[in-house]
Amino acid sequence: MSTPRAHVLLDRVIPLGAPNRLALWLACCLAVTLLLTFGGLIIGTTSIETSLHWLSAPDEQAAVVLWQIRLPRTVGAWCVGALLGLCGATAQGVFRNPLAEPYLLGTAPGAALGVALSLIAVDSTIGELAWAGKLGLTAAACVGAAAATALTIALARGVLQTTSLLLAGIVVGSVLGAITSLILLTKPEIFRAMQTFLLGSTAFLSWSAVILVGGVLCLSFVPAILLSRGLDALTLGEDTAQSLGLSLPVLRLALLGMMAVGTATTVGQVGIVMFVGLMAPHVVRETLTLNHRQLLIAAPLCGGALLQAADLLSRWIIRPAELPVGSVTACVGGAYLVLLLWRRNRHA
Amino acid sequence: MREVRAQAVNAREVRPGDAPQPPATAPLYCRDLSVGYGTRRVLDGVTLDFAPALWHAVVGPNGCGKSTLLRALAGLTRASSGTIVLHGRELSAWPRRARARRLAWLAQTSGATDLTGADVVGLGRLAHGGWLTARAAEDDAAVRRAMTATGSLEWAQRRLSSLSGGERQRIHLARALAGEASVLLLDEPTSHLDPPHQEDVVRLLREQAHGCRVCVVSAIHDLSLALAADRLVVMGRRGLIGQGTVGDALAGDWLSTAFETAIEVVEYKGTHLWRPALAAGAGHP
Repeated sequence: MSTPRAHVLLDRVIPLGAPNRLALWLACCLAVTLLLTFGGLIIGTTSIETSLHWLSAPDEQAAVVLWQIRLPRTVGAWCVGALLGLCGATAQGVFRNPLAEPYLLGTAPGAALGVALSLIAVDSTIGELAWAGKLGLTAAACVGAAAATALTIALARGVLQTTSLLLAGIVVGSVLGAITSLILLTKPEIFRAMQTFLLGSTAFLSWSAVILVGGVLCLSFVPAILLSRGLDALTLGEDTAQSLGLSLPVLRLALLGMMAVGTATTVGQVGIVMFVGLMAPHVVRETLTLNHRQLLIAAPLCGGALLQAADLLSRWIIRPAELPVGSVTACVGGAYLVLLLWRRNRHA
Repeated sequence: MREVRAQAVNAREVRPGDAPQPPATAPLYCRDLSVGYGTRRVLDGVTLDFAPALWHAVVGPNGCGKSTLLRALAGLTRASSGTIVLHGRELSAWPRRARARRLAWLAQTSGATDLTGADVVGLGRLAHGGWLTARAAEDDAAVRRAMTATGSLEWAQRRLSSLSGGERQRIHLARALAGEASVLLLDEPTSHLDPPHQEDVVRLLREQAHGCRVCVVSAIHDLSLALAADRLVVMGRRGLIGQGTVGDALAGDWLSTAFETAIEVVEYKGTHLWRPALAAGAGHP
């Protein structure tokens, strides 16, 4: 301390910043994303040879398939995955729990209920909906998610206790899920559309969806990056964070609001896609030592690539038919989670 | 035991009954401070003054409310009655960030985060920058000074969760120092540390107080270390025993009252040392 040990020397030698492997990592992530996007263009109901031929010399029909169906689908999957990754990393920071995920506050069941109600209202199915109807679904999902979040916060009596918030989120999620199931039982005509929705599907992503999700993603970055040091402070404990001048209610409300909007947007477009929001921050943390500002940039890039890959897999496994992307992420994500638990147990 | 209780009553009388007017320069003082959790009252009408450029050690048995006192002074636990004044202004009236720039608090135990050492210490500057600005050069300089002072600079790039308890403690101490606040509230800053590093921390606290004119208030378990402080705040299970110099505390035998057992303090080459009554025939009269 005040004794002249080696510190005087070290003062000159040691830089404060961590060695920056982040740039390299991000570059790799982007490269993988580009590869996956290319894969998204050439994998589909046609053979790969045909797709490659289309790419080199597209006729009119090929151009529609490539640029109006496959490209928005894979880009949209990236946007949704990125938004889920961002929400997941935020949730884990806000709740100080590595197993937190974007659907925690009952947002997903809430959004599902909203969609079910709006489907009954317009009496249609997801596949037939036009752009306006799609926005209607997104709006319904947003309203449902916002209502569920508000209900959760009300039940937890504010945002002061994260444990109460988690418990209230579980309660709200189960109750809203049960209500949705009841509606499905009484209204079998929306069952198929809801099934697609509940299992998660990237099949209906259009350019309008890409613009919507991309816009929300950009907007969500604003509170996330502004409050990233607050999330850092929160890792030291709530008391220490408060003593550092942080207002916990402001931080939590802002970030929970962002999570609610972000999750609702993704649920409105692709339905419920499990595990991407949980996995993405973990994949990043396993490889890098990051503060939240860096994590909140890296986790979306990782999440985007993850969902793109899952989307490709869902189209590849039983081609020319396809699986719901939510079932693919559930299997892969579940396996990853088990692996993570095993590794933790071994370290502990 | 009965003898001890009798002493306790005497010591109560030693305690200044009427609150003296605080010196105009006192950066922090409290008047009739009461704090309770639920129905349990932990602090009851405590009146204390903390002077600038002095190191105050808060001592007392487990559960006497040392941590509660520090938490209340830091504005983390709401007082049920009484006032706390920081730099001439009621503590609760301070804007959050302005208060954080003037008063730093160090928890007894801090979470093991995955952040790097430098990131954790940098959080001590959280209230200094704007929301948008990245770490400024002066923040980096303060972080570097604090880490050098606590000898933790070599862990700047290590994850905190990969460090030992003592190493983490020194990082957290650096975080508290990095804000360069004029009031430092430290809850057991020497816990988890080996004896040489405990000594380093004590030297550092003195340096902060005497060199940088910081008002340092720290709860300290080790009596011999606490007796090196400029002022003692002695707390017992039944409330505040007294506040004053080490000489006052020894003259009034406040420590024996506080711990409800005979505490023997010996003087050795100008320093006061607690002598545990372990040897046969020593200690308990």
